[in-house]
Amino acid sequence: MNAEPEPMRPPLMQIGDIHTYYGKSHVLYGVSLEVGRGEVVGLLGRNGVGKSTTLKAIMGLVRPSQGTVLFEGQSVTHMQSDKLARLGIAYVPEDRRIFRLLTVTENLRTGLDRHGVTDSRKKELLEKIQHYFPVLAERRNQAGGTLSGGEQQMLAIARAMMLEPKIILLDEPTEGLMPRMVSQVRQIVDVLHGEGVAILLVEQNVPLTLEVSQRIYLMEKGTIKHHALASELRVTDAVIHQYLGV
Amino acid sequence: MLIEQILIQTVNGIVTGMILALVASGLTLIFGIMDVVNFAHGEMFMLGAYVGVITYAATGDFWVAFVIATLTIAALGAALYWTTLRPLLGRDSLTTILATFGISLVLQNYALWQFGPVARRIPEPVSGHFTFFYLDYPWYRLIIALMSAAIIGGLWLFLKFGTFGIWIRATMQDRVMAQAMGIPVPMVLTAVFAIGSGMAAASGVLFGPLVGVNHAMGLDWVLKGFIVVVVGGMGSLGGSVAASILISLLEAYASLFVSPAQAVIVSFVVLILTLLFRPTGLFVRTPR
Repeated sequence: MNAEPEPMRPPLMQIGDIHTYYGKSHVLYGVSLEVGRGEVVGLLGRNGVGKSTTLKAIMGLVRPSQGTVLFEGQSVTHMQSDKLARLGIAYVPEDRRIFRLLTVTENLRTGLDRHGVTDSRKKELLEKIQHYFPVLAERRNQAGGTLSGGEQQMLAIARAMMLEPKIILLDEPTEGLMPRMVSQVRQIVDVLHGEGVAILLVEQNVPLTLEVSQRIYLMEKGTIKHHALASELRVTDAVIHQYLGV
Repeated sequence: MLIEQILIQTVNGIVTGMILALVASGLTLIFGIMDVVNFAHGEMFMLGAYVGVITYAATGDFWVAFVIATLTIAALGAALYWTTLRPLLGRDSLTTILATFGISLVLQNYALWQFGPVARRIPEPVSGHFTFFYLDYPWYRLIIALMSAAIIGGLWLFLKFGTFGIWIRATMQDRVMAQAMGIPVPMVLTAVFAIGSGMAAASGVLFGPLVGVNHAMGLDWVLKGFIVVVVGGMGSLGGSVAASILISLLEAYASLFVSPAQAVIVSFVVLILTLLFRPTGLFVRTPR
């Protein structure tokens, strides 16, 4: 496990006072959080408190009406998502959104075929996927839509890894998965952490989030209510009970 | 006698079907990727033919005219997309229908003003004939069918194997996620509009020698193109080719019995039956 990021170093990503609306309904009321380089940060809260919207606002899929997103010290608020992806921000949405009619390999190529990636680097990245997700290698010529839910989740994560991101926004990766698949997601989060990739993890699975994260933010009603080191929290803590009802 | 007529009409139907397929595949590509019903597509066909006429007059080479017309109209398509459609994307589809319909009227009247009402001709690049039963059948018609097949085949290979083809197909399926994967979606959309327009222009030049070039020639084709896109399944390239050939063959056979003008009714009958019984298209295997 990495040590806490030094307070003097500018964090990888800094979100300041983000407000968003869906139509007229106010969803986020000034969300502020930060993620350090290589840090795994958990974002917990009940359904509908704005966790997914926070990730979408970072990724430019929902326009914040107010607030800033800083990436490596530069403002990336309102930047188009393709530019964010090229800067090193990858997004794995809750509903996975793999390209159903594209084969597994083609899904990976959407992230892999970028400027400045040499053929040998592409090969390395694909070999890495083959190593960590053997099932995807087996199904490389199958259409994404024919994969099982768990395999689609693996593909969504693998596709994000093709971007060689500095941070992955991971939205409920274990939702609806069998226990075996959940432990695989857990493994891959640890692998990414070991490689120095930062992760902003939105989850409902509290024990898993506390295990893999260094820091935890608790959200309620569109804003951050509590912030703690993961090592200081237990599943049974009153604060967890208060915001998650576990 | 009847067998001979049927064989001749089969060849005619396939030739017309291949040109139609070339027009319709551009249309279906544009519809599939941005949900835009492009009423100006027929004018890309018509302007392509006119650029062909002008370049032919200047160079005397049909194939040079063919290439220049395709590239010019592809550039025009990209420009039209940026100025007119891009600001409207994501709004009610009625706005893009009205916008492209407006473009269509402007371009038609521009062509009438610029070139006048008299049809222009592009000579056939290959003037030979071969004996086909009791007919002298022009080789050029077969060349049209082959050229169209080659262009559509090239497009298919491009979509299937090229990186840009993968970008196009990913954008077709999920524009938002494609962009989040770093695909430059605005550039992809512009390119698709340019490719579709260029294909319409290519078919306009190929078709020019058969009937002459005039300002209203795009209308028939865009109408039939829409029928093909609906019958073949919106956004399906293979479906468009199959539907183009089906409809053209049916019309060709029908004109054995009724006048060619009345034979057009067949297309509409197929359209109505498709909408009634297979609204997602005849040739779509997995309706989404």
